[in-house]
Amino acid sequence: MKLPYYPGCTLYTKAKNLDVSARATAQKLGVELVELPVWNCCGAVFSLASDNIMNLSAPIRNLVRAKEENGDSLVTICAGCYHTLKRANRLIATDGEKRKKLNDFMETDYSGEVRVLHLLEVFKDLVGFEKIRKKVKRDLSYLKVAPYYGCLLLRPKKEMEFDDPENPRMLEDFLDAIGASVVDYPFKTECCGAYLAVVHDDVARDCSYRIVRSAHSNSADLIVTSCPLCHYNLDYNQLKLSKEHHGFKNTPIVYFTQLLGLALGLDESDLGFDIHYIDPRPVLHEKLK
Amino acid sequence: MRVRISSKTVHNDWVEKIAEISGQNLLSCYQCGKCSAGCPVVGAMDILPNQAIRLVQLGLEEDLAKAKTPWICASCFTCHARCPKGIDIAKVMEALRQVLLRLRVDWVNPEDLSPEVISKAPQMGIVAGFRKYTS
Repeated sequence: MKLPYYPGCTLYTKAKNLDVSARATAQKLGVELVELPVWNCCGAVFSLASDNIMNLSAPIRNLVRAKEENGDSLVTICAGCYHTLKRANRLIATDGEKRKKLNDFMETDYSGEVRVLHLLEVFKDLVGFEKIRKKVKRDLSYLKVAPYYGCLLLRPKKEMEFDDPENPRMLEDFLDAIGASVVDYPFKTECCGAYLAVVHDDVARDCSYRIVRSAHSNSADLIVTSCPLCHYNLDYNQLKLSKEHHGFKNTPIVYFTQLLGLALGLDESDLGFDIHYIDPRPVLHEKLK
Repeated sequence: MRVRISSKTVHNDWVEKIAEISGQNLLSCYQCGKCSAGCPVVGAMDILPNQAIRLVQLGLEEDLAKAKTPWICASCFTCHARCPKGIDIAKVMEALRQVLLRLRVDWVNPEDLSPEVISKAPQMGIVAGFRKYTS
């Protein structure tokens, strides 16, 4: 199965490990992610100002390109891209006035017909978690993993239609399918501090502290996420948190695709574990004997 | 003296502008405080989210123009998910930022970003920051 793929800017730079592990695991599961020949930044955030149509042009331009490639769907992985593309797409599909203005401006004829899919949705709905379960080659059962959703996949529920915004199950079901032990903890949908990291990094660090501490106190070995910004906040902030908070224990943060890669028997060195601030390899070596 | 507050007595262009940019019915808020209770960054705010909505209802533009609160909001939509009246408070915060940004009042000068942030933060975080903090 071939699907058009939109990596977004961060998967080409700071989150190469997410891109590499996603392409490799998808291929192993019979899905070929075909990168759009031309794409641009989606804008990173969905415009919350309802009188500004200009900001819709960046995400919609990518969806127009997916349509031109004869794609009825577009796969993305970064939670920021997924959120921005999906909400912009929905707005264009439901708001006739904005649709007309934007199409007139961009000289296109697009009305939201491309379906925006997160790679997790591809794995769940198009591949099937049960099929993934049968392909698991490595025992992950000694690995205690805390799923971390963050904000952008889940909220607002009406527009994202991804999972329950307060008690999601998608990552838990995924982790169960690949044979890891799931850790339940109360901070899986709390905000990591997001873009506050750029200007108010102390506030973002507080958010990250609460999440990592909670996962660790519920005996998690790892936290799994799908968002490069969540990954940065939770991972990089620990370098400072371990100095600021007495007794703070570092907990590595990995992408769901990296863990899937290990479960499917891919080589650890192909999954980009070398660019993490808190190295996940020691705990992986200990628990994946 | 009894003062009756309604959308007619409290009416100015600024309130209308906030309502237009946010697309929200600001008067439907009845101050239950669930937005403030669930906000993950409320500790760093100078005005609680529900108080900010109240100030908007009352048209107190100057109090909000100097407030830190809209710039601390991380747009995580937890308040929106829990608001019993369905108000998208993140959109109201965006409107409060936008009325200042559209006057070219930036919250941060890109030149002032730390070299640490520029070299370490993911692109999407920096782009998001510029979208939120600069005009």
